[in-house]
Amino acid sequence: MTLDISRDHVLDLLRDMIRIRRLEEKSAELYSKQKIRGFLHLYIGEEAVGVGALHALREDDNIVATYREHGHALIRGIPAGEIMAEMYGKANGCSGGRGGSMHLFSAERRFYGGHAIVGGGLPIAVGLALADKMKGESRVTACFFGDGATDEGEFHESLNLAALWKLPVLFLCENNEYAMGTALYRHVSDRDIANNPPAYGIPADSVNGMDVVAVERAVHNEAELVRETSQPRFLELKTYRFRAHSMYDAELYRSKEEVEEHKKEDPIESLRERAMSDGLITQADIDAIEADTAKEISEAVEFAERGDWESVEDITRHTYARDLS
Amino acid sequence: MTTYRDAVRTAIQTLLREDPRVFLMGEDVGRYGGPYAASKSLLKEFGEERVRDTPLCESTFVGAGIGAALGGMRPIVEVMTVNFSLLALDQIVNNAAVLRHMSGGQFEVPIAVRMATGGGKQIAAQHSHSLENWYAHVPGIKVLAPATVQDAHDMLLAAVEDPDPVFVFEHQMLYGIEGPLDTEATPPSPWKAAIRRHGTDVSLIAYGGSVHKALTAAEELGKEEVSAEVIDLRSLRPLDRDAILESVSRTHRAVVIDEAWKTGSLASEISAILAEDAFYELDAPVARVCTVEVPIPYAKHLEEAAIPQVDRIVEAAKRSVGGG
Repeated sequence: MTLDISRDHVLDLLRDMIRIRRLEEKSAELYSKQKIRGFLHLYIGEEAVGVGALHALREDDNIVATYREHGHALIRGIPAGEIMAEMYGKANGCSGGRGGSMHLFSAERRFYGGHAIVGGGLPIAVGLALADKMKGESRVTACFFGDGATDEGEFHESLNLAALWKLPVLFLCENNEYAMGTALYRHVSDRDIANNPPAYGIPADSVNGMDVVAVERAVHNEAELVRETSQPRFLELKTYRFRAHSMYDAELYRSKEEVEEHKKEDPIESLRERAMSDGLITQADIDAIEADTAKEISEAVEFAERGDWESVEDITRHTYARDLS
Repeated sequence: MTTYRDAVRTAIQTLLREDPRVFLMGEDVGRYGGPYAASKSLLKEFGEERVRDTPLCESTFVGAGIGAALGGMRPIVEVMTVNFSLLALDQIVNNAAVLRHMSGGQFEVPIAVRMATGGGKQIAAQHSHSLENWYAHVPGIKVLAPATVQDAHDMLLAAVEDPDPVFVFEHQMLYGIEGPLDTEATPPSPWKAAIRRHGTDVSLIAYGGSVHKALTAAEELGKEEVSAEVIDLRSLRPLDRDAILESVSRTHRAVVIDEAWKTGSLASEISAILAEDAFYELDAPVARVCTVEVPIPYAKHLEEAAIPQVDRIVEAAKRSVGGG
């Protein structure tokens, strides 16, 4: 199928997916060097979801994401250096070193985190949309969550409340087939996740989350419908994570063959091949993107390395608006 | 004279009138008028947008309150009772308390959450909990326990005005009490304890519903020539350490009254504060009058025996004074 988009657009999408891939690869490397600690959840394999969705949303829209959110944060505009510094725990990180990999935030970009309790971000998204509705704002709140979150009561409660109060939330389910190490068929009674929302009166659709162009188109359509109707909608993005759940995961629950099979649908490779066979781009374009990205990532690491550690004397900062003691 | 219930209602009404960012939501706050009638007739004045009946989903409507606060609103969320608030603990502890901190101070959660607490109505173990200490344990949130009609009003105003998440615990036995309410006076800081009765022999330290029992106990003690001071903690987080230490350094004796179970209670925390910072001021061991370690029983005589009563407070104070 021919790509029905411009050369510049293809290059933008490819560049952003490559930026995420290289940032994640560097993060894994720095984790093994113990520069980054704690939990680290990589987005490798799922880049088309974040890139397609964030290209489709408007700058003024609200974003609520999960603990696998480096990619979303980067494409939303948080500089790679601030993301890397946050993973280092440095004061120049995007959350001042208080959050780490799972808790990236940016108030100016309406990036509301970085949530590490599965399902916990959904009520927050509903509330953000409620605030917008009460203030007469026209923005959409885009809420990312995984297939595991659909098991949680808060998922069902949030769909019900958003539908009941007609709130402009776009629920984006990043279905990567595993709730940590538990396969979809082991954790949901109905493997077709998009069957859930209609029970609450919410229109739902599914899209191939390995195809960035399809994701961008679908999210754009859904987001604009949410904006027009001021009612929630739901989109399932079928994807797959190529790397372990986190750096602690020995991947005992799936076979190497299964992972290899999915790697054939690599979102970056498939877009590159399609764009090249359509004559939209050349290898020189890819090389230029890789060179730019290598520079960006190496500067990000330098930024993190150069950053200061916050003084221990300030440990209670940001607990309250004003220190209580 | 005004009831505690009407003081709460007046505060909500004032907030809704004066600040367009304020709205009330919770189970049965609208058409029903509030399970304790604390929002009666507010739906009529302010409409469904600002007085919102929610589905029965404590976790999600508290979470939605947190989201709305992040989005620039000033929600008042009613969770009916502390017993049901357990369903919202994830949102409270993992979101409300930490979002300012985890975001490096970029976001704030100015939400006020009200709920009834305590026992005494024979509604058994699932409706009689006193779990204020669970909340007071958590940095990032603030906890208030109004014991008087005036505080029921003033503390709600302060909770909504505050830039941090504030939890207001209204003891269910207090809604019907009457007292003076001055809506014009400048209220004292909600974060400071108050001396409700001055005394010289022993400090009775209490909060919420127990304050009234401590006051009655102090009257009884007075008849036996024991001069008891009654400290109303008012704020459970932050705790007014200075006020506790100041009172005990004058009376040299302390009885802490807390409707929670003794193990791991706020009474334990206050006892530890006294052991740490007033050890040499004490003329007698610190005493705690708490709830017996049993789920609150239904039968009236057993419920009364389980939770702190005036006679147990009097007895503990007399032991403290006599055995010093």
